[in-house]
Amino acid sequence: MVDVSADKPALHPGGTQRSAGISTPVSHDLPAAGSRPLTPAVGRDLRLDLFRGIALWLIFLDHIPSNIVSWITIRNYGFSDATEIFVFISGYTAAFVYGRAMRERGVVVASARILKRAWQVYVAHIFLFVIYLAEIAYVSRNFENPLYAEEMGIFDFLRQPDVTLYEALLLKFKPANMDVLPLYIVLLAAFPVYLWALLRSPMLALAGSLVVYVSALWFDINLPAYPEGTWTFNPFAWQLLFGFGAWCAIGGAQRLAGFMRSPVVLGLAAAYLLFALAIVMTWYFPRYSYLVPKWLSDWIYPIDKTNLDVLRFVHFLALAVLTVRFVARDWPVLKSPSLRPAILCGQHSLEIFCLGVFLAFAAHFIMVQVSEAVWAQVLASAIGIALMVAVAWLLSWYKNIEGRSPGSRPPDADLAGGEA
Amino acid sequence: MRAFIVALIGAVLSISNATAHDGSDCAVAAHLVTADFPLPRVAAAIANKQLDIVVVGSASSLLTAPNGTPEAYPVRLEAALSKRLPGVKVKVTTYAKPRTTADAMEKEIERAVATDKPALVIWQTGTVDAIRRVDPEVFRTAIEEGMDAVAAAKIDLVLMNPQYSPRTESMIGVPPYADAMRLIALQHEVPLFDRFAVMRQWGETGTFDLIEATKKMDTAERVHQCIAELLADLIVQAAKLTGPNARGNIK
Repeated sequence: MVDVSADKPALHPGGTQRSAGISTPVSHDLPAAGSRPLTPAVGRDLRLDLFRGIALWLIFLDHIPSNIVSWITIRNYGFSDATEIFVFISGYTAAFVYGRAMRERGVVVASARILKRAWQVYVAHIFLFVIYLAEIAYVSRNFENPLYAEEMGIFDFLRQPDVTLYEALLLKFKPANMDVLPLYIVLLAAFPVYLWALLRSPMLALAGSLVVYVSALWFDINLPAYPEGTWTFNPFAWQLLFGFGAWCAIGGAQRLAGFMRSPVVLGLAAAYLLFALAIVMTWYFPRYSYLVPKWLSDWIYPIDKTNLDVLRFVHFLALAVLTVRFVARDWPVLKSPSLRPAILCGQHSLEIFCLGVFLAFAAHFIMVQVSEAVWAQVLASAIGIALMVAVAWLLSWYKNIEGRSPGSRPPDADLAGGEA
Repeated sequence: MRAFIVALIGAVLSISNATAHDGSDCAVAAHLVTADFPLPRVAAAIANKQLDIVVVGSASSLLTAPNGTPEAYPVRLEAALSKRLPGVKVKVTTYAKPRTTADAMEKEIERAVATDKPALVIWQTGTVDAIRRVDPEVFRTAIEEGMDAVAAAKIDLVLMNPQYSPRTESMIGVPPYADAMRLIALQHEVPLFDRFAVMRQWGETGTFDLIEATKKMDTAERVHQCIAELLADLIVQAAKLTGPNARGNIK
């Protein structure tokens, strides 16, 4: 990571960029065929960083239980939520960074880097799991109330630490709000094969991804979970979004450009978003739910998050269409200091994601100890986001000095692994 | 969150069909308990002066004092209904077992409706499913099958979703299960006692201290008393609603 400051693209002309050190895509103006090397950098697509950063904030806000500030997050106004944004952009950046590596250094090197990244995410997940265990162990020793005899059942996991730890290491036991990283691990682990196919035939690879999605729904395929059931985010379903993001990075976005700008598509996207908004409003005002015809509610419900319901996927696509239309790639505000905090967070997604999960735990823990009043919820949310930004800034600074000092680690050992 | 927004908006618009609870502080959540759908068999049973109710649930339907006296809301419901329905013989039977998921309770319901033949089944569930992170689809199917069994036996049903427990909120993902039950109740036109929203309201307004670590029973007993009072109001209101579709009666 030579340079993270977006406003100084001249410091890293395309030719000197190292695949392992790029924290975000620099350009996606590629030919669709994908056989030519990537065009030199003309400047980052800061929109990806921006929206991933915002998605990380929203995920943090949603993870604090009973948080009034989570009222502002997009899940309250439509079918999809920040998870979709995060998974799509992660797929996009993964293909961008490792696609370049696969072309320049070959399949083996690129695959090794992807798997190394998957391993880093795994370690990060286990680290968060340890924090979770510490919290429930503390609460189990310090909280007792006959009213909540039932809820104390969560501490049963502590009675069999061997089984719990073993199942957690196998990614079968996943506490509440800790499902995204295991999904990401599986998606990355399978990514070398998909990327290889994507570089040869983008359309065929995407079709394959679609076939896996449809099969997962049709045959009810999912990974097993502990103590029972299956994964909360079915990787066989969610890979479609990751795969679609990757496809867009490899040239799909170019192909879709005309389609995305068509007024008909824009109109449909806007109409769909309004439809979703209207449906979601009936969840808050159940007395108006009779306005939704029975045939329609029978058809749309339940909106299945586990298997990335088509309604959610389309909702994300509609959001993306409008975003791409109204937030131009060269929008000057993207380089303004006001958006810098979100962009910084988006550029260090793994670290900031983990931090967000931890901070959500911590915020809830402190709120329970001190106050659960509205001001405490607002304050905890604000402090949490400020800490996320501060740590993102620190990481950028650290990478900067690491990258510049002579004799520092070779580029390929860069821990960022491309920040895919 | 969703419930909170509803609560907030409800408070702002002063939409409240609260039955008067003179001096009772738990009424702050009364606007969250609305009889949206009728209970015709309960109405018939009240007319016949004999109302039998079966409660199926898990440990949060049980609250046993150290001396062994049952203190949970079902016993209190019996008293609360008797008070509201003078001359009617009210009997509440509880089948509650700790650590039972909706799927396991569904079998219990089939047995209970066959042997007890009550006018009403109150089905409390969701917490154990949230702890064990049961597949939402399995959870939903179990509830719908239980509902079908109750409906086939021509018995009324009230669903009750999980408790609100601030201390374990970040460890047990209750809201998706509470929301799922709201949606199922709405779709199947069955009254729901939104215990999650009600208790959250109590926690937020400071009606009860739900965070305190204690071995004492007093708060727990008062919470169960309030649940019984609001539940009794819901049952009486719903029994008064007539017609196949009572939406127009929502105030």
